[in-house]
Amino acid sequence: MVTIANQPEMNQSEFLQAVMPVKDKLYRLAKRLLVSKEEAEDATQEVLMKLWAGKKNMSNYRSVEAFAMTMTKNFCLDRLKSKSAGNLKLVHTNYTDSSPSLQQQVEARDSAGWVSRIMEELPEQQKLVLQLRDVEEYEFEEIGEMLGMNPTAVRVALSRARKAVREKLLEKHSYGIG
Amino acid sequence: MESDKIKKLIDSYFEAETTIAEEQEIREYFRKGEVAPELQKYGPMFDHFAQAKEETYTGSMPRRSRKKIYSWLSVAAVIGLGLGLFLENRYSEQQQEQEQEQAEYAYQQTRKALQLLASNLERGTEKVAYLQEFEIATEKIYNNP
Repeated sequence: MVTIANQPEMNQSEFLQAVMPVKDKLYRLAKRLLVSKEEAEDATQEVLMKLWAGKKNMSNYRSVEAFAMTMTKNFCLDRLKSKSAGNLKLVHTNYTDSSPSLQQQVEARDSAGWVSRIMEELPEQQKLVLQLRDVEEYEFEEIGEMLGMNPTAVRVALSRARKAVREKLLEKHSYGIG
Repeated sequence: MESDKIKKLIDSYFEAETTIAEEQEIREYFRKGEVAPELQKYGPMFDHFAQAKEETYTGSMPRRSRKKIYSWLSVAAVIGLGLGLFLENRYSEQQQEQEQEQAEYAYQQTRKALQLLASNLERGTEKVAYLQEFEIATEKIYNNP
């Protein structure tokens, strides 16, 4: 915040250098929330465009990353909200209650795919902390900064999320065996 | 034994009390594939996180061109608009000049015509005066038989 004032505006290659290491993280976060690959790519592109438009204020690399992650989270949550407001259910939730589709059966055989499906059903905050910690390996302080939570609240949410996944996973696991 | 250590780490992992380094150790343990039977049930979880980290964004990156093109377009639009206004102005100025010339010409023509008329009228009155003279003369002749 303090050092921003006299920084010259980034040019394109500086911008790309700052953003390239982050873009995959943005995409993975978007995909965790939106599930569909196309929508996640769309969201990532939107966020990158917004960052590019606001690049004047980007000077501190560390905070760019946190800022971009927060932006992606907000963008995706808004999108989900406007979707449920418009009564448009996500495609993947449309076939959860019917008898298992072929795709589900295929996914069920791929055990890492189970976890992906289990995570789809978690509350958004739990999805976010799991994604940011167990996939992206951020510290609690960083996650707190991104989600607007204090580190203790992050720890509590994370423990809850991990246990929720474990519970569902063990259910599935015992199905698979028994 | 390694699996005892991992089991302890996993227990504190679920309490969210492990460090990032310890969590990496757990993932590495499952990645190697020699997993103790009682720990296999957790495998999918750590496998999934490791897999998820491999995904990359393949969409496009923002390019300066789009914005640049817009700004050049707006410059071109302003120039075009300005030129249009300027030419339009000049054209109407020319037209005004032409109209003025035409009006001047019409005025001069009208003046000429009126002057002609006036001079003819004068000549007419002269003639009338002449006629009057003639009448006086004829009356003189008639009244003095």
